[in-house]
Amino acid sequence: MAGARRGPNWLLVYAVAYMVFLYAPVVLLPLFAFNDATIVAFPLSGFTTKWFTVLWETEALHGAVRNSLIVAVSSALIATMLGASAARAMARYRFPAKKGIVGFIMLPLVLPEIIVAVALLVMLMQLGLSLSLWTVVAGHVLICTPFAIAILSSAFQGLDQSLEEASLDLGESRWGTFRRVTLPLVMPGVVSSLLITFTISLDEFIIAFFLTGTDVTLPVYIWSQLRFPSKLPSIMALGAILLALSVLLLVLAEWFRRRAAARQGKDATAAGGLL
Amino acid sequence: MTARPIIELRNLSKSFGAVQALRGIDATIREGEFFSLLGPSGCGKTTLLRMIAGFEAPSGGSIVIDGKPMDGIPANHRPTNMVFQSYAIFPHLSVAGNVGYGLKRKKLSRAEIAAEVEAALEKVDLAGYGSRAAHELSGGQRQRVALARALVMRPKVVLLDEPLSALDKKLREQMQVELRALQQSLGITFILVTHDQEEALIMSDRIAVMFDGQIAQMASPEELYRTPRTRRVASFIGVMNFLPARMKGESPEGIEIDIPALGSARIPRDRVPEGLRPERIESIGIRPEMLTILFDEANSAEREAEGQVVANSYYGDMTYYDVRLAGQEAQVTISMRNTAGRSVARPGTTVRVGWGAESVVLFD
Ligand SMILES: Nc1ncnc2c1ncn2[C@@H]1O[C@H](COP(=O)(O)OP(=O)(O)OP(=O)(O)O)[C@@H](O)[C@H]1O
Ligand SMILES: [Mg+2]
Repeated sequence: MAGARRGPNWLLVYAVAYMVFLYAPVVLLPLFAFNDATIVAFPLSGFTTKWFTVLWETEALHGAVRNSLIVAVSSALIATMLGASAARAMARYRFPAKKGIVGFIMLPLVLPEIIVAVALLVMLMQLGLSLSLWTVVAGHVLICTPFAIAILSSAFQGLDQSLEEASLDLGESRWGTFRRVTLPLVMPGVVSSLLITFTISLDEFIIAFFLTGTDVTLPVYIWSQLRFPSKLPSIMALGAILLALSVLLLVLAEWFRRRAAARQGKDATAAGGLL
Repeated sequence: MTARPIIELRNLSKSFGAVQALRGIDATIREGEFFSLLGPSGCGKTTLLRMIAGFEAPSGGSIVIDGKPMDGIPANHRPTNMVFQSYAIFPHLSVAGNVGYGLKRKKLSRAEIAAEVEAALEKVDLAGYGSRAAHELSGGQRQRVALARALVMRPKVVLLDEPLSALDKKLREQMQVELRALQQSLGITFILVTHDQEEALIMSDRIAVMFDGQIAQMASPEELYRTPRTRRVASFIGVMNFLPARMKGESPEGIEIDIPALGSARIPRDRVPEGLRPERIESIGIRPEMLTILFDEANSAEREAEGQVVANSYYGDMTYYDVRLAGQEAQVTISMRNTAGRSVARPGTTVRVGWGAESVVLFD
């Protein structure tokens, strides 16, 4: 075997380089978050947690976090609900111009966000609506729904229609059938959808920047702080927190999905999923 | 049987766009009866069953269940329960959760539900399986759970869509007997959809044979086998030999038939189906077991013909012989029970074939 090798394994080199390129910046975040210096540069000078204390004491940041959570939770819930309805309709029913309608719903997936943002802004101005967190939610729902549909349609497609019929046949109402059979069976998809749309909304900048009023979301707040070099380390600390939270959320979602798959006796890795 | 009707189908039809799945279905199914819908793939059996269950709306005609017209009544308000072909076991629930699913909506206490579930599981021989997860069951067990889930609702009619087709041959044969015994002991009406004629014969009180969205014949298994009304029904149920024939004469006692391959015979009146027009007879049918090969010199039959063995298929207890009848192109299949001391006749052997007039089946 060893005799067959000539020179370095280029595929391995490529893979390692790729991983470094992808994750090195991410590793820098927690590194500088705990670095005892105002300037973000090597060499590191010492360990501190004071940047986290600074975050804790910044009132404006708390407002931005709250705004972002409101926007992200609302967008995730609305987009997932709309996505579930659309995915179910796509899986179950045949109707005229189905392909065209589905295409239009999925379009924001490929439209440049800046165009969506400007178009929405112009439209809102024309309608005379004032900008607020809810206009941001509306914009985020628009871009999150295609993701929700993409995730949920595989869940609904895999759902055996006779299960819902069996429930009806056993005397359950349509709503009861949805609650007792459909929802539990597509739950892993719903959780994935909530998680992904939440994440998309949470770190979305362009639409939030254009459509927000006086209440800024977290990414917009962070962008506004970047003008002050002295704020940079505390932004790093904030990034580190967000990073930890994202990883935690992902792990939770995957654990949930695997547990659901195991209970139904499916092979968790075969069922497809986030990780 | 003079039981009262439980389901009445009146001039029922169903179209899916341009496809006419069912046409002019008329049938009365009696209370406590094991009724089968039998027919080849695509003849509309499932569609008919789903209309009775309330999953499809008829395009025309009416369905009456237990004296009540079912127009506009959804599946969850009908006194029927279905065993699906795929069983449709809820994968996120345990066996007990599946069986007790429909009881949750009835106003029963937890203990009452548990008792009902256990009783239903006992009926299908699954006592003690309540806590199993749905995916821990074998095919046969899933089928039983689906049945228990339907029975626990105390339906007036149980609808079964090819419930045994997913099982292997041995298990299927065992379940046919068990299902029939269970239905007999419960006295509930069962409607079974199947494309397996043997299964229908074994299990049913009555069978409706369907072709192309219509009922071709509705009768008891014995009547269906002995007196199929059309050539198509005859060849669908069991094996049937068809031989060219012509009417020679008619008398009050019966019809005189000339069958060139076998000879002529008088068919008694009671073997002539009602509404048959004898002058239009072109062929007759005769079952393989109604023909005999007369191996022994001493043996004789009411009527005899000469033939030559072309091929044989040995089944252990039986042998099926393909025999060419002397002087004719006609070939028939004859089934013979194997007996001790008699060896299977080789191809090429000349044999005497015995038959009787009362075993001849007539159709237009
Ligand atoms: N939802 C539907 N849309 C369009 N056509 C349908 C639909 N359901 C059934 N059909 C058509 O109606 C006819 C009867 O179908 P059905 O499923 O009742 O047949 P079947 O006798 O149960 O056959 P099988 O033994 O293969 O299950 C078929 O030609 C089928 O293609
Ligand atoms: Mg069918």
